Amino acid sequence: MAINLFLEWPLLKQLVRGGDGTGPEAMSPRTRALRPRHVGASVARSVCPYCGVGCGQRIYHRDGQLVAIEGDPDSPISQGDLCPKGAASFQLLTHAARLTRVKYRAPYATAWQELPLEQALDMVADRVWASRERGFVEARDGEVLMQCPSIAHLGGATLDNEENYLIKKLFSAGLGMVAISNQARI
Amino acid sequence: MPGLGTSFGRGGATTAQEDLANSDAILIMGSSMAENHPVGFRWVMKARERGATIIHVDPRFSRTSAMADVWTPIRAGSDIVFLGALVGYVVERQLDFREYVVHYTNAATIIREDFQDTEDLGGLFSGWDAEHHQYSPETWFYEGAPENGTPAGHSRAGGGHGKDRGGEAADLSQFERDPTLQHPRCVYQLLRRHFARYTPELVEETCGVPRDIFLKIAHAFTSASGPERTAAICYAVGWTQHSKGVQIIRTAAILQLLLGNIGRPGGGILALRGHASIQGSTDIPTLYDIMPGYLPMPFFEADSHRFADYVATHRSKTGWWANFDAYIVSLLKAWYGEAATRENDWGFDWLPRVTGDHSHQGYWLEMADGGLEGLFVMGQNPAVGAPNARLERRALAKLKWLVVRDMVETETASFWLDSPEVARGELDPATVGTEVFLFPAAGHAEKAGTFTNTQRLLQWREKAVEPPGDCTSETAFVYQLGRRLKARAAADPRPRNQGLNALTWDYPTEGENGEPDPEAILQEINGWTVADRVLVKDYKALADDGSTACGCWIYSGVFPKTGENKARGRHPRGRYGHGWGFAWPSDRRIMYNRASARPDGRPWSERKKLVWWDERAHEWIGYDAPDFTTSKAPDYRPPEGAEGDAALPGDAPFIMHPDGVGWIWVSSGLKDGPLPTHYEALESPLGNALYPAHAVNPAADRMERADNEYAASPDPRYPYVLTTYRLTEHHTAGGMTRTLPHLAELQPALFCELSTELADELGVNPGSWVTITSPRGAIEARALPTSRIRPITAGGRTIHQVALPYQFGHRGLVCGDTVNDLLAMSEEPNVRIMETKALVCNVTPGRRSREWA
Repeated sequence: MAINLFLEWPLLKQLVRGGDGTGPEAMSPRTRALRPRHVGASVARSVCPYCGVGCGQRIYHRDGQLVAIEGDPDSPISQGDLCPKGAASFQLLTHAARLTRVKYRAPYATAWQELPLEQALDMVADRVWASRERGFVEARDGEVLMQCPSIAHLGGATLDNEENYLIKKLFSAGLGMVAISNQARI
Repeated sequence: MPGLGTSFGRGGATTAQEDLANSDAILIMGSSMAENHPVGFRWVMKARERGATIIHVDPRFSRTSAMADVWTPIRAGSDIVFLGALVGYVVERQLDFREYVVHYTNAATIIREDFQDTEDLGGLFSGWDAEHHQYSPETWFYEGAPENGTPAGHSRAGGGHGKDRGGEAADLSQFERDPTLQHPRCVYQLLRRHFARYTPELVEETCGVPRDIFLKIAHAFTSASGPERTAAICYAVGWTQHSKGVQIIRTAAILQLLLGNIGRPGGGILALRGHASIQGSTDIPTLYDIMPGYLPMPFFEADSHRFADYVATHRSKTGWWANFDAYIVSLLKAWYGEAATRENDWGFDWLPRVTGDHSHQGYWLEMADGGLEGLFVMGQNPAVGAPNARLERRALAKLKWLVVRDMVETETASFWLDSPEVARGELDPATVGTEVFLFPAAGHAEKAGTFTNTQRLLQWREKAVEPPGDCTSETAFVYQLGRRLKARAAADPRPRNQGLNALTWDYPTEGENGEPDPEAILQEINGWTVADRVLVKDYKALADDGSTACGCWIYSGVFPKTGENKARGRHPRGRYGHGWGFAWPSDRRIMYNRASARPDGRPWSERKKLVWWDERAHEWIGYDAPDFTTSKAPDYRPPEGAEGDAALPGDAPFIMHPDGVGWIWVSSGLKDGPLPTHYEALESPLGNALYPAHAVNPAADRMERADNEYAASPDPRYPYVLTTYRLTEHHTAGGMTRTLPHLAELQPALFCELSTELADELGVNPGSWVTITSPRGAIEARALPTSRIRPITAGGRTIHQVALPYQFGHRGLVCGDTVNDLLAMSEEPNVRIMETKALVCNVTPGRRSREWA
């Protein structure tokens, strides 16, 4: 036992085998056995959510938990790189200030309260229906208008195509909203 | 999008980021690419390693400038003078790529005799209607083009996005041309005359760029263009966010057409988009004036009341848009399903009509005046990110209800709780009646779906983990909301509910929150034949008889058969990475690539070959998917009376346009002129050196009112030019970065970049507080005197420019004043974008006064 400890002494290994003290000669059985945390994890092929470059990401996860997010070396665009924002996207999903419950502020209230998700959805549906009813204009000068001018929407450039598609489909083609806008202009 | 759209036919970057590596020169202007698209910048670096010249023109020296061969500061807002002088340099010296110009652009086309230029009218084109504050473009039409009976596409309500192709007001397939380019009214000669005063001397006087530096840049860029060489242009919001943003991009498009740099490897114009799917959100638009695939929303005007009139207005006889009817019918079939029939015009009358400016700023002013009841905000933070952010925040207090969906509690969601207005006592929570719902949103790893990146590439994201707590995707939220509303409408047959009742809304779901399957939505976007729900191979399979449904025709082909989601492809091959994602349209990575070959189909040069005509196989082949009908021979000539693509000859690369060529001249489709013209910013320290009587873009909207005041130009109270920008470590309004510890630590505070000369003049030390004011507000920041910003000599005097990153707000791990409080709401006429890159301010030492506390 003692002899093993002695033989594992980095200084001795360095004297015997050479090296500058930063290579295998400095490793213990424990450090030799260490593996990157994402080894053995499942991987989802993904894309960075920040700017428009579209860097490839590999999102490692295990048992339903995120493990790490790395640049995807196979991406012909990013070739494995991520910028500071993309490299921080693991934190974007896991940081302490992440919102996970519906917050509700009643008219004239001075503080938030929490609401169950289904109840909040029911309440929003109520508000949309009532505002739409109050404002809807079916015709003008005898011509079709079919406009719901009392409700507006903002946002889309950070969302998925499938999300934008449903928003435009429901809000515009279903509800008659015209005030629909996002970050994109040009 | 209309800058690129009217010039080339489609509102998207013409090229791919990787292709920049093939450039011989790259001009980066209106962008700090190394800082805001850092990973894309690797391709600029690869080009440089191969010997390309990198040019950066920007008011600020940044890390992009540090990597460039040439950097010059420029006075913010003078871009059209600089680019127009490049155009003038090319035309005066006859440096244009003549064979390309004659065959592939409308340079030879002759314009009507009654057209008058800004040079004739002192700053206005012919057709200006002073009463209605808009142009009537008839005089801009091609000689010989019969007006087709519909009003010119310049509806006051129009936002411009859907007018990309232009030309609907006249039959532009008929025209006269002079291939010698000598006719005094041919586009080439009109262009030459129009830009004759845009000289290196004017650049020096107006932009503050010394003549010799301009000439060095002009030589570097033009000598890197031609059959053997190509040059590319990269831009971002430093070009777009101006009161003439579209025309800045148009100037770049003209330059690239003259030099033969479109549709060729290493050429092109790369629009650098700032959000993960900002291209996608115009392709499938959450915008008011268009529907998916750039189909215009019906406007409440004579030509849109009847479906047949709407189609007649927007369908063009020749070119790809002859298929307009197939695309709109297929879209209505995707939305309204079985209820959409030929008898009811496919449900056209269930669509809402556009009646005015329903864009962000347009409806926000209505909101400020109490005209709106409810607002949804999804993944955007206007309380920090929008111009005149004070007005934006205060307007929220006029709503009955507000729904915000985000990953954190944004400044927008909490405007009633802790905004600067609450701190100042302008808003008291106890008197704000707005009911606020803040829903937690799923992040990018917690939902599957596609983003469309800056080069039109759809890339699928696989879902890694379930979202935490009650976080859901927007798809789930909208789907569940839609189910509730459809249930209410089901028993209510009033006309207003017919569309809602007809709306197809039957997506398969999974999980306890009822997340719809995003692949099912992508399949609807791709399209199918109605009878059997078999996915269509691409948009060429779409029909105008109701037999096909397609949610966005330009994306058709992304999911050509069951089990083949091309956006999910991860096996890149070849020079352009085909097999990795899917680029619209039809996986073409370099658009208009027919132009990479001579009119006879052979490559312009071996070095710059991309697609070419294979005589033996009788088809177009090459390194990219040809952006052309693959069987159409170079010598094809359309028979008399041909329509659609068949009406375009075999040497017409810009297939979306009715005449098949790139548009140096835009006859119809833009609201502020057929050619770009220099106007000053809405607030400027200088008058317009070219047109003293028309300092600013006459068609722009100042939206001036008591809570959106302007400075005079010039204004002794606001002597400095202000420009805003983004930091590498923060993203737009900070909602996705200021709460992240790593990024917060990297960029912990708002600062104000100013020249050391101005700092000395003001007696400001590095790190001390300064107050920056505009007619809209006052903010404070730490001073960062630096030689990266230099005083400019323009208009015969010294002009100091000040630069602020606009990404801080009152919440998050790192806070700071909201820079956008200083900005005015304003609207560029074509796309209603605000001017954020050139305005005026004052800077004083010390913290802001209590009045603004």
